[in-house]
Amino acid sequence: MKSPYPTWFFLPAGVFYVTLFLVPTVASFWFSLTRWTLFDVEFIGIDNYVRFFQEPPLVQGFVNTFIYAFVTSGAKVVLGLLLGVLLSSQIIGRGFTRSVIFFPVLASTIGVGIMFKVLLDPFDGPVNAGLEALGIPGPGWWTDPATALLTVAMVDIWKGVGLATLIFIAGMVAIPQEYYEAAKVDGASSAKTFWNITLPLLQPATATVVLLSLIGGLRSFDLIWAITKGGPGFTSDVLASVVYKQYQAGFFGLSTAGNVVLFVVVAAIIFPLSWWLNRKGDES
Amino acid sequence: MVSRTTTRRALAALGVGGVAMAMTLAGCSAGGGASSTDGSVTLSYLVDNGEATVVVAEALAKAFEAENPDIKIDVQTRPQGSEGDNLVKTRLSTGEMDDVFAYNSGSLFQALSPDQTLVNLDDQEWVGKLDDNFVKTVSTDGGTYGVPMGQSMAGAVIYNKDIYSQLGLEIPTTWDEFISNSEAIKAAGVAAPIVQTYGDTWTSQLFVLGDFNNVLAEDPDWAEKYTDNKAKYVDEPAFAGFEHLQEVAEKGLLNEDFASATYNDGVSMVATGEGAQYPILTFAASQLMTSNPDAKDVVGTFPLPGPDADTNGLTVWMPGGVYIPKSTEGDKLDAAKKFLAWLATPESCDIQAESTAPQGPFVIEGCTLGDDVPAMISDMQPYFDDGKTNLALEFLSPIKGPALEQITVAVGSGITSAKDGAAQYDEDVKKQAQQLGLDGW
Repeated sequence: MKSPYPTWFFLPAGVFYVTLFLVPTVASFWFSLTRWTLFDVEFIGIDNYVRFFQEPPLVQGFVNTFIYAFVTSGAKVVLGLLLGVLLSSQIIGRGFTRSVIFFPVLASTIGVGIMFKVLLDPFDGPVNAGLEALGIPGPGWWTDPATALLTVAMVDIWKGVGLATLIFIAGMVAIPQEYYEAAKVDGASSAKTFWNITLPLLQPATATVVLLSLIGGLRSFDLIWAITKGGPGFTSDVLASVVYKQYQAGFFGLSTAGNVVLFVVVAAIIFPLSWWLNRKGDES
Repeated sequence: MVSRTTTRRALAALGVGGVAMAMTLAGCSAGGGASSTDGSVTLSYLVDNGEATVVVAEALAKAFEAENPDIKIDVQTRPQGSEGDNLVKTRLSTGEMDDVFAYNSGSLFQALSPDQTLVNLDDQEWVGKLDDNFVKTVSTDGGTYGVPMGQSMAGAVIYNKDIYSQLGLEIPTTWDEFISNSEAIKAAGVAAPIVQTYGDTWTSQLFVLGDFNNVLAEDPDWAEKYTDNKAKYVDEPAFAGFEHLQEVAEKGLLNEDFASATYNDGVSMVATGEGAQYPILTFAASQLMTSNPDAKDVVGTFPLPGPDADTNGLTVWMPGGVYIPKSTEGDKLDAAKKFLAWLATPESCDIQAESTAPQGPFVIEGCTLGDDVPAMISDMQPYFDDGKTNLALEFLSPIKGPALEQITVAVGSGITSAKDGAAQYDEDVKKQAQQLGLDGW
């Protein structure tokens, strides 16, 4: 394909891409093989990777990362789809409800985290105070090792479902009305219409939501850091928070190795999934 | 050799390029004013942004300027905690450090590679006036680098004296007495026997770190063995700290909201009598004087007790230091040395003691605390006078594992056993030792 522009038109963008993306990427692969204190760099081969995989919280971090990513991504798809269907039908106050659901997407993640940390405080928080007034003992939300991770996931879903809904609404609007009219003429029930028309034709939107929320979930850090900092103990640690703690401790080479691991894990899940979802999309 | 170091430096500099760029911008305002034509010098002085720290730094700058009209001190701030640590390291490694800066002593100080980055001050006459323990914590084999800022403090138990006298309790000198006191308080139902505040995870480490006097009592060479990878936390005597943490949780001696309460809550609980005992650093005196000044004489201090009443004593933390980076040269270096010499005078101590509540004794000859200090601080004095003190581990060994606070939270909340927690910490420590390039790891 012949480009309408001369090659040197790409030069400014190319320079930015190389200095701000390629160089740091390559440099991080190099630094992940070193012991790096900011004062000295010493090449130590794959020791950092060996070390990183011996991290006590790492196994739990891996498991937590997957739980978190699949729970949030799954919930966003299901809830987003339901809300999408609801909000593209003719209901009262549709515009208002749409904005209410989308609003959390606009708020700062750290702000949301701190707000929920206060709301869900097991002793002084309004949520548990309310539950107590109803005679229900409130759970220890983010202080109980059994619920800490799911509490954060719940907040993540609350915050992210608006975006999923938006994508589903956009997908639904793009479905030609003729299909629905034809189905109506044939006497299809609304459940049948949904299963046989809406759902298959929403495939590209579903693929987008799944991929976006899964990538977000695997890399998630800010919300977890704001609410639990990986605690209590290591019970809500995910890959990204383990990496950040290594960085905080001044183990720069080690944390870079952790980032490379995170990069590989995300790539290993997302590329095949994306290929599979898009192939399915092409078939239908 | 020289060229190799240069390459390494260049690489390090390249790697931190992004951060460094931001630093340079920030640095411009900090290190900008070189000595002007009239012979006056402006020194930038970097401190952390803690409210009390800044108040003291400003007061010191003002008093020093009044005595030295041709030197101006410009106080700059940085974040606290590990973010601040990394900022200091980045600035030092790129040669963009302020002219004078305050930073921790002990293991965090060692991580700055002082021989490469700081000005050696061991020829200064004030070095002789400093407490020997302090000098050790700001020195390497190659030199002495800092002057103390603030006071020493202890990792100990702060307790509510009213509750103790109401229930007729004596200050415990052994762990068993401590437990029986706590159980008496629990039985009386007046207060939470032992306060823990895992909402601020760092506070969970005191049972382990504050127990170090007892470790040394049993094995005086423990710190050295530990640095040489020959002593472990899974073995006694050091294991006791983890065990204690598990024991108090299992026996239900903690405050109900231990998992979410914060450090500020903890100090207030002891002050108001909601909690009876709280193992913490005695810098809590400044928090106490801010939030509950009425409780000045109610909150006292005793050491974390161990197995033996005879060796009962305080685990002591040294104050941080003020250092001059190698990037300070010429007139500025002379002025900076003058400033540091002045910081080591009783006059500077007095200003420090007036600006915020003291947290323990000074480590400079001739400096004294006033009579008006909180009971928490005056209770410490007898142990200092009788020599019943030992330095905390972080001043005797360069190794401190970064995950200790998460591990102690896990043990203290009953998520992991003491045995597993101690083993995890031994593993955690290995990383730090390897990072520092110590032998035998």
